[in-house]
Amino acid sequence: MSLTDLFGSFLLLLAIPFFWGGSLGLLRFPDIYTRLHALTKADNLGLGLVVAGSILISKEWTVGVKLILIWLAVLTASTISCYLIANAARKRKINPWKIP
Amino acid sequence: MENSLNLAAVTFDGVLALVLLVLAWQLLRSPNLFKAIVLFISFGLMLSLAWVRLKAVDIALAEAAIGAGLTGALFLTALDRLQRNNQKAGDSLISQPGKVIAGISVLALTCILGWTVWTLPPFSNQMLALVSSNMPISGVENPVTAVLLNFRGYDTLLEIGVLLLAAVGVLAVTPSAVMVADSAPSPILILLLRLLLPFIILVSGYILWIGKYAPGGAFQAGAVLAAGGILLATAAVRFNLSASKALPLATGIGLLIFLLVALATMMLRGNYLQYPVAQAGTLILVIEAAATLSIAAVLVLLFVGLKSDADCPVPGEDSKNFIFEEENTIK
Amino acid sequence: MNYYLWPALFILISVVVGLVRILRGPTAADRMMAAQLFGTGGVAILLILAQAMQMPSLVDVALIYALLAAITMVVFVRCQWRSHENTGEMEDESH
Repeated sequence: MSLTDLFGSFLLLLAIPFFWGGSLGLLRFPDIYTRLHALTKADNLGLGLVVAGSILISKEWTVGVKLILIWLAVLTASTISCYLIANAARKRKINPWKIP
Repeated sequence: MENSLNLAAVTFDGVLALVLLVLAWQLLRSPNLFKAIVLFISFGLMLSLAWVRLKAVDIALAEAAIGAGLTGALFLTALDRLQRNNQKAGDSLISQPGKVIAGISVLALTCILGWTVWTLPPFSNQMLALVSSNMPISGVENPVTAVLLNFRGYDTLLEIGVLLLAAVGVLAVTPSAVMVADSAPSPILILLLRLLLPFIILVSGYILWIGKYAPGGAFQAGAVLAAGGILLATAAVRFNLSASKALPLATGIGLLIFLLVALATMMLRGNYLQYPVAQAGTLILVIEAAATLSIAAVLVLLFVGLKSDADCPVPGEDSKNFIFEEENTIK
Repeated sequence: MNYYLWPALFILISVVVGLVRILRGPTAADRMMAAQLFGTGGVAILLILAQAMQMPSLVDVALIYALLAAITMVVFVRCQWRSHENTGEMEDESH
């Protein structure tokens, strides 16, 4: 494997703990706001690493542009839906979890 | 090294198959309809992955777009309408002996299907060879598109007709469906529209165009366009089904163009839907473009018809939001 | 090339772990967020599979995943907000 392939694979491997962290956060965090954090931040960062790794592994620039567009679309959708949920929760007067 | 490669593939496929089974079981047994819908969406996504592993990318595209995304959205609005009318899920209406009979019939059917699959003749390359040898006259380079739009174009014409019938059915039930948007929609949602809608249109056109060379085509492109239409419908635009002139036109245009092409070929060549070889590619593109519009219009029409006489208002402080209430235990 | 299936497998497992959140709830928003997890994880898995199976068209599938997940989320957030007096009737306690 060439050097770019190796580095790309390394980025892919680096993405795995982020996805695990996101899922774990979704399961273990106490209320909806914290779960939103876990879902949007960790998973999107993991996806960004996967995209970066894929760009390195596939050497064509057309695929690279598509990959970046995918990442931007997922980012946009995630952030906006996160806002919408959090806003609705706020309006519902769901209070953030406080340390007991 | 060979063993390590196979191990990864086998484990991946095994986990996928197991997840599919668990999802299907959970979704069928869940009395909570909303949970079932969310499980259904997840099931669609995983099924699409399974199609990818089976190297059927066109089907994976269609499953992800229509099976997971759009059907999920339609189910969500249907559930919402069900709950708005305060209809109960109801107890099981089947009596005990009925359940036994149903169970036995399902078991028998499963056995018959399993035996049929088991005794299928080994994989034969005949169809593959037939399609490959006829590819040069089909006008496209993607074998799936060639089969769908050229060799078995008649089936696709009827499928588009069926979609039109579904739209007519919805119109018959809710002829005056109106979907009213907020007078002051959330600016964040407008931002999402501004960012995603042009992109969606671009992606739809891209998928339509690339159907000639790679997995893609009219159905997938139409589904993406319909997603854009649904986004519009939930956020900003007022859809009035009875007064709209563009929507019925868009719904009908796919079938219309297909029929026109069919009639033209019949009159000119004597055979129904036999394209002249030189123009086959262009004709296929024209038919697919019309079909994309049509499919998108039908799906948006289905969505708006389901949502009719219901606004999607932003809830105030006093409204009870269903999604944030802890679900009640059994009374 | 099939070495790339290992990261895909691990991400698949992490996505499946999110399945528990769908099954347990307790609120509807939690379930929907877990479905969103399936979407993002699915995009990542598809991108890795595109390299592992040497099929660049899988990137298009990932594109569609991303867009449709966004749509489903928006439809849920905007159109599942109703005031129900009888929420208990449609639901059972989460298993």
